[in-house]
Amino acid sequence: MAAPAIDHAMSTASQTQTITIAKGINQGLRAAMEADPKVIVMGEDVGKLGGVFRVTDGLQKDFGEQRVLDTPLAESGIIGTAVGLAIRGYRPVCEIQFDGFIFPGFDQIVSQVAKLHYRTQGRIKMPIVIRVPFGGGIGAVEHHSESPESLFAHTAGLKVVSCSNPVDAYWMIQQAIQCDDPVLFFEPKGRYHEKAQLDPTQTPYPLFRSRVVRTGSKATLVAYGPKVRTCLDAAAAAEEDGLDLEVIDLRTLSPLDLAPVFDSVRRTGRLVVVSEAASESSIASEVAARVQQECFYSLEAPVLRVTGFDSPYPPSKLEEEFLPDLDRVLHAVDRSLAW
Amino acid sequence: MTEPAQTLRDSLYRTIRLIRRFEERSIDLVKAGEIGSGIHPCIGQEAVATGVCAALDPDDIILSSHRGHGHLLAKGSDPGRVLAEMAGRVTGIDKARGGSFHPSDLSAGVYNATGTVGHGAAIAAGIAWASAKAGDGKVIVSFFGDGAVSQGALLEGFNLAALWQLPVVYVCENNGYATTLPVETAVAGTITGRGEAFGIPSRSVDGQDPEVVLAAAAEAVARARSGGGPSLIECRTYRYHGHHTFELKARLKYRDETEIAAWRERDPMDIQAARVDAGTRERIDAEIEELLDDVVRFAVDSPRPDAVDAQDYQYATGLRTRAGVADA
Repeated sequence: MAAPAIDHAMSTASQTQTITIAKGINQGLRAAMEADPKVIVMGEDVGKLGGVFRVTDGLQKDFGEQRVLDTPLAESGIIGTAVGLAIRGYRPVCEIQFDGFIFPGFDQIVSQVAKLHYRTQGRIKMPIVIRVPFGGGIGAVEHHSESPESLFAHTAGLKVVSCSNPVDAYWMIQQAIQCDDPVLFFEPKGRYHEKAQLDPTQTPYPLFRSRVVRTGSKATLVAYGPKVRTCLDAAAAAEEDGLDLEVIDLRTLSPLDLAPVFDSVRRTGRLVVVSEAASESSIASEVAARVQQECFYSLEAPVLRVTGFDSPYPPSKLEEEFLPDLDRVLHAVDRSLAW
Repeated sequence: MTEPAQTLRDSLYRTIRLIRRFEERSIDLVKAGEIGSGIHPCIGQEAVATGVCAALDPDDIILSSHRGHGHLLAKGSDPGRVLAEMAGRVTGIDKARGGSFHPSDLSAGVYNATGTVGHGAAIAAGIAWASAKAGDGKVIVSFFGDGAVSQGALLEGFNLAALWQLPVVYVCENNGYATTLPVETAVAGTITGRGEAFGIPSRSVDGQDPEVVLAAAAEAVARARSGGGPSLIECRTYRYHGHHTFELKARLKYRDETEIAAWRERDPMDIQAARVDAGTRERIDAEIEELLDDVVRFAVDSPRPDAVDAQDYQYATGLRTRAGVADA
């Protein structure tokens, strides 16, 4: 089975174009802003500069300074302002420059963004998207390479998603903006420049759904964001050894959509969950707990987790050790198979 | 300062009296176990909410704090539904989800109250940005205490409101203590200095006199409404009771009785009562007692929430992250 993992090159129509993840989000933002004048992009350096990762490039030029707000360096103020804008019917899209910078805004996210809809019986909606470039692989250290998604998935009232490829990036950002709930949108910054074919006339895959991106029968790999590509590469390598692995892209971290994972594990009997975040109290832990609960009699081996270490993000020269890679994933698969 | 019309004077007295008696009846209900959370009474500070809200139009918006019952009542919330909210009943303005500490009442223009101190300043900026963009003339008041001025989040809000010249009035109720910490041991510099640093016109006024507060608020509101940007008003005031009703049991000794007695000498209710004739006062007092009898009865007789509804409205889109039961 020669399996390109995500078959996006489906259309030969003239609409099809090659885009990166960064460009996908950019074009998705553009489409959302064209569709709804209440969509406002805001954050540090998002306007004139177009974002430190150029994800908002050109938006202020085309939509003006009232739609793309360059804010001071003030994450609490940015999120707080977004709460006020959402109360008045806007759909703010806040960019947090790097994962580790979100914490000054954490209080506003957890105490206000997550709770106002509940507290006001739905009279106040919080259709806020908070974009967070996350994860490692860019040669930086802590504050710039972290994976804080579990902290938000743990908070009732928030939704948390992560895109792994350019096509999802394009659609998921638009779907997140259309969602009436607050969405933490985690972008795999180490893979911003990976390319794929996008046909914007295609029907998008639903936002809060996980997806089997490669079918296989010997073991199941579950990942999200930057580690989906790692798992696909691992599966491709395993295939050369005659080992047929299934890969599932979670896509949504809250709410988790685990039905496809349960179906898969019932067939394969083995599960390895891969993420850059530390394993303690993580998304990977939650997946493992739910799978053992739902698939207990199908499991041939314990659920294994391949994650970043339970430490602060290490010096950049050590990130190859820290980040789960193809070898660590396949080693875990071997351990599962040898159980 | 020109003297307000007598009807306004009467109305200010009525609001202060309502808040005072509402809080006293609420403390009784705390003691009776009907308000499980306890409350942060604003007794002694009533002139601030009363004076500021008297300067607002019904369509103007306020953001309240954890000591917010006075704000709600002065802005026109239904006292029965406010008390029901505090008592955890489903007839409360937020069906008991805001409780005493952070309720909202959109119909009265109370858009939120933050229990996390100081975080309303930026929310006010966001609401005000929308007002300025729409040109609807709405002014947003953000109430907070002296404790909030030590929060960085507050200053981020000041900066944004000043930078974008937004129609916000920041009202600091300086009651002298952040829980038990005296303001002079917590605040370097001055409260108004924090506003001035951002170019925000800032005044410190006598927060015990509702007419003084009203005059300062009216000036700030007029500035905001005419596009002149934000203002900061420090109202120097005092709470006679503890930070929270837990102090009824825990006799904390962070201030002495002579200090409390000195502030009671300048009681806002007495100050305004002296401006209202005795007959009118008696009528107002009697009306309020009658109203509060109904209010207490309504709150206490209202049903408590049902556990099966506890996850309602967690999400606008109806999806839940959890299976809906505790042992999922």
